[in-house]
Amino acid sequence: MSFLTLKGISKRYGDFTAIEQIDLDVERGEFLSLLGPSGCGKTTTLQMVAGFVTPTTGTILLDGRDITHERPEKRGMGVVFQSYALFPHMTVDGNVGFGLEMRNMKRAARAERVAEALDLVRLSGLGGRYPKELSGGQRQRVAIARALAMRPELLLLDEPMSNLDAKLREEMHIELRAIQKRLGITTILVTHDQVEAMTMSDRIAVMHRGTIAQLSTPFEAYERPTTLFASAFLGKTNLLPGEVLRRNGRCAEIDVAGTTLKVPHEGRHVQGQVNVYIRPEKVHLATIDTAAIRTTGRITTRVFTGNQWLLLIDTGLGQLSVAQPNNGAPPPDEGAQVGVAWSDDDLRVLQKEGLDGHA
Amino acid sequence: MATLDNDRAGAAPWLLSAPALLLFCGLLLVPLVLTLMLSFHVFSDSQGTLATYTLRNYIEVITDPYYGSIFGRTAGLAFAVTLLCILLGVPETIVLARMKRPWQSICLLVVLGPLLISVVVRTLGWQILLGNNGVLNNALQALHITSEPIRLVFTMTGVVIALTHVLVPFMVMSVWATLQKLDPQVEWAGRSLGASPFRVFRRVVLPQILPGVLSGSIIVFALSASAFATPALIGGRRLKVVATAAYDEFLGTLNWPLGATIAVLLLIANVVIVLGCSRLAERRFKHIFD
Repeated sequence: MSFLTLKGISKRYGDFTAIEQIDLDVERGEFLSLLGPSGCGKTTTLQMVAGFVTPTTGTILLDGRDITHERPEKRGMGVVFQSYALFPHMTVDGNVGFGLEMRNMKRAARAERVAEALDLVRLSGLGGRYPKELSGGQRQRVAIARALAMRPELLLLDEPMSNLDAKLREEMHIELRAIQKRLGITTILVTHDQVEAMTMSDRIAVMHRGTIAQLSTPFEAYERPTTLFASAFLGKTNLLPGEVLRRNGRCAEIDVAGTTLKVPHEGRHVQGQVNVYIRPEKVHLATIDTAAIRTTGRITTRVFTGNQWLLLIDTGLGQLSVAQPNNGAPPPDEGAQVGVAWSDDDLRVLQKEGLDGHA
Repeated sequence: MATLDNDRAGAAPWLLSAPALLLFCGLLLVPLVLTLMLSFHVFSDSQGTLATYTLRNYIEVITDPYYGSIFGRTAGLAFAVTLLCILLGVPETIVLARMKRPWQSICLLVVLGPLLISVVVRTLGWQILLGNNGVLNNALQALHITSEPIRLVFTMTGVVIALTHVLVPFMVMSVWATLQKLDPQVEWAGRSLGASPFRVFRRVVLPQILPGVLSGSIIVFALSASAFATPALIGGRRLKVVATAAYDEFLGTLNWPLGATIAVLLLIANVVIVLGCSRLAERRFKHIFD
């Protein structure tokens, strides 16, 4: 029995369907991310778990108990909001202790728990300040401390990092993940940032138009996307349209712009019009005269980002985007003819839209 | 980015603000100074205003219990109207803020309506409603709630009702401004931390709109303490407030210096109360709000 279960959850606003029949199980202690672009329904899903929004259909079970229609103040979940939603008229101590005060906890016990929560987010000593007197990063820590001080069984994070600058965000990813693991608290994170979801999660639910497009570990989701949307949303990918010529035990032979590629189909049934994918970092440059090359092309764009080179290459198969780690030697200049190689195992194939329900 | 160089700006700022400054000086500052000077003149029943100076007017207004009662009545009126405006205006604004789009604009227009109507028309409207044979009393008697008409015209109750009607919009606008700045997520935050909707309102929403309530109160208080037309028309000649008393001194007994003294004292009292309240508010909310 999962800790949190969403069964057949839908949400409609008049004619508009925000969520369409979602089923989701979250295990105790798990860190799960709802990842998707704005408008995909991820925040609505979180709000239904928190009790701010009532689902049109379906049930939500927490530890076996039906909480679908329970009021938010009875659910005892910790929520961290995108705007932090701190109470500006209360000090940090007042904010963090608010939930405990609502539970009628005695002043002394409360102070202890508040200090403990502030210590957890490394804000000890700032309890007397008002939110206005804190930096953005500090406010965010207060919001986390306020949610954690309740010792909730479930922590809900609604895009908590989106107002932080990039460097601070990266630090918070690691820190928050460490806190979550230490406390063993079941956590659901809503985010549109795929790096954030990958860094912190045990599992990622990629959401698209009110449904879950893929639910798997970050590695699985990145390496073996099961839908076109998931593959495009999680990092960059090269997409090559083709047609299946033959399908045998392990591989499908697929014609892409006149070249035949051997693509592992992993048991899935593929036929007719398909898309072949390969990640930019799985494509390598090779000297033209080696046998290993799959195709040749001309470098049209070369960009250096510090840790890697990004190349756009016009090939017979179409334009390929290539990411090459910076190993000290720059790749050939723009305009150069190069060979392009990859391992056939790194190719992925998905049926084109409309045949198998995916994508 | 363009920079504004102070040295080169030269006369431009002065020239640009000159029309407003001239208007301010000519139409407000000069008459105010003249009134202040007038209040120190001696008044004689036979010869009118004399060119000699005295403090007698001030001593008379301050020591005479007749004027004391007028100032007391005015203060009571202003406090009552302010309190009613808070009690009516704050919930009204919260309801308004939660309304859906077309209804919100319509209701906001209705609330601000009294400001669009001339004071005389509005006040005579209240006469029709509140009079002994007015709509309200006829209705009350028809429903057998009262047997006698309730006297509302020419009473403080009537004045308070009419003034509250026209001043509530100021409270609504003031609270509205703070409600717009309120982060809608803080209410959810309060709920998720275990507070019922009522406790969220009392502990989270109310303290945050308090500055708006306070500035609205200051506006309402100042306007009702110095209100003239409504007390004059609904309160009548006998139920005097400070503004109507000053008017009567000027145009009734023609004792201009005494009228000026009353006016100056009203101004001073108003400024002291308003400044005192906003100072207090500033100190209280300084580190909380931007």
